[in-house]
Amino acid sequence: MTYPETYKYTKEHEWVRVEGDQATVGISDHAQHELGDIVFVDLPKPGTQVVKGQTFGSVESVKAVSDVYSPVSGNVLEANDLLSKTPERLNEDPHGDAWLIKVKLAPGSAEEISSLMSAADYQKYVGAE
Amino acid sequence: MSLTTDLKRTPLFDAHLASKARMVDFGGWNMPVQYSSILEEHNAVRTSVGLFDVSHMGEIDVIGPEAVQLVDYVATNHAAKLKIGQAHYSALLYPHGGIVDDILVHKVADDHIFICVNASNQEKDFEHIAAANRFRAKVEFTSDRYAQLAIQGPRAIDTLQKLTGTNLAEIKYYWFADGQISGIDARIARTGYTGEDGFEIYIPPSEAARIWDELLAAGAEFGIRPCGLGARNTLRLEAKMALYGHELTASITPLEADLAWIVKMDKGDFIGRAALEKQQHEGLKRKLVGFEMRSRGIARDGYEVIIEGHPAGWVTSGGPSPTLNKNIGLCYLPVEKARPGVSMQVMIRNVPVEAETVQTPFYKRPAAQRPVAPAKN
Repeated sequence: MTYPETYKYTKEHEWVRVEGDQATVGISDHAQHELGDIVFVDLPKPGTQVVKGQTFGSVESVKAVSDVYSPVSGNVLEANDLLSKTPERLNEDPHGDAWLIKVKLAPGSAEEISSLMSAADYQKYVGAE
Repeated sequence: MSLTTDLKRTPLFDAHLASKARMVDFGGWNMPVQYSSILEEHNAVRTSVGLFDVSHMGEIDVIGPEAVQLVDYVATNHAAKLKIGQAHYSALLYPHGGIVDDILVHKVADDHIFICVNASNQEKDFEHIAAANRFRAKVEFTSDRYAQLAIQGPRAIDTLQKLTGTNLAEIKYYWFADGQISGIDARIARTGYTGEDGFEIYIPPSEAARIWDELLAAGAEFGIRPCGLGARNTLRLEAKMALYGHELTASITPLEADLAWIVKMDKGDFIGRAALEKQQHEGLKRKLVGFEMRSRGIARDGYEVIIEGHPAGWVTSGGPSPTLNKNIGLCYLPVEKARPGVSMQVMIRNVPVEAETVQTPFYKRPAAQRPVAPAKN
């Protein structure tokens, strides 16, 4: 699996893609693989505030539930409706169609994002884990 | 993820690593939780056949002229009613009525009872039985002598039959036969923990890896899959089979756990009997009941249950049911609420989510696939 180079990654295995003042957030291929068959995704409603490093939802596999942490601060614009009916898509396309939320970034979040890992760093991180 | 070296290993540890199984710490044992996908493994057992390494399970042999009497004194079911070659589900109790372990009791001979117990309870169980032994019987801790494999699913019989001369169709549900598998002495029991037809076999650890491979080859035409503890858990939950540490604990009695059917009060004295009699007399306060989620959300072990705005009980097991495509669970509720059709909420991360109590088992295999059951006594 290759990790998109335009994304940034967290130690908790989320990714973020920034376009202007908006960001798209998801979980990494490594994370979906570790979780196994994903059967339920719990996401916040539009308008909910998310804070970098704090949990904003959860992803459940057959076996367990895992919190997801926001890599950025801001307000939720959209939660991915695809995952409410077909959570298994998160196993199939974690870096693409199965994103979790879109966020309107809070002022000053550029700095937050630059502190995250690059694709190459993340690849090393999960390789060593 | 790290593999802790002091975890115990089954004889199939290397085979699991070679199959790229994901290994977890299960009660001190390094066990496969899944090979490919829990859902695929689950479905293989429901529709065809799956193979489980359950060598972590413990074995205790009770041998001697009063072996049956000892077992009847330490366990709740009536061992004296077993015929040679028959097995039953039973429980070891503390004097206060709480559960030491749930066990499978096999009558090998008039003077020999073979007991299969839970992995993480085996030392405790052995001590418990040995301490109660005032009978002409010897209690032997024999886990090291056995590897145990479970072959489960509607094609389990076709798979295992290829490796044995014992006519498996003649072994009734909850009976067993001592025969050979692939030229090796084996105990072949028509038992399981999945809700499907199937067999649990007890074989020498030294032969386990070879027989594992031969079973996978024998089942290849049916699409057999090696299955991990993840699928074992979703399968047993659908069949409403209890798991020690979840539905069953030292502070739960078998009457509360909906296991009155394995408690034979009229057989004479046994450890815990007086406490159960008192509980029967005073009336149960809580009881195990099944539920389905009515709103989006998955209940998990330990979550609180709310009824009419008040804390009412707790979830013992919960998760998705791959067969029914619903989210299901088991919980303890006040006895007057422990019946189907009661609205309840499960607290999922501080949010109450709608659920309703239902009939159990959640899943029962089609009658055509059921082996002949022994007559009810």
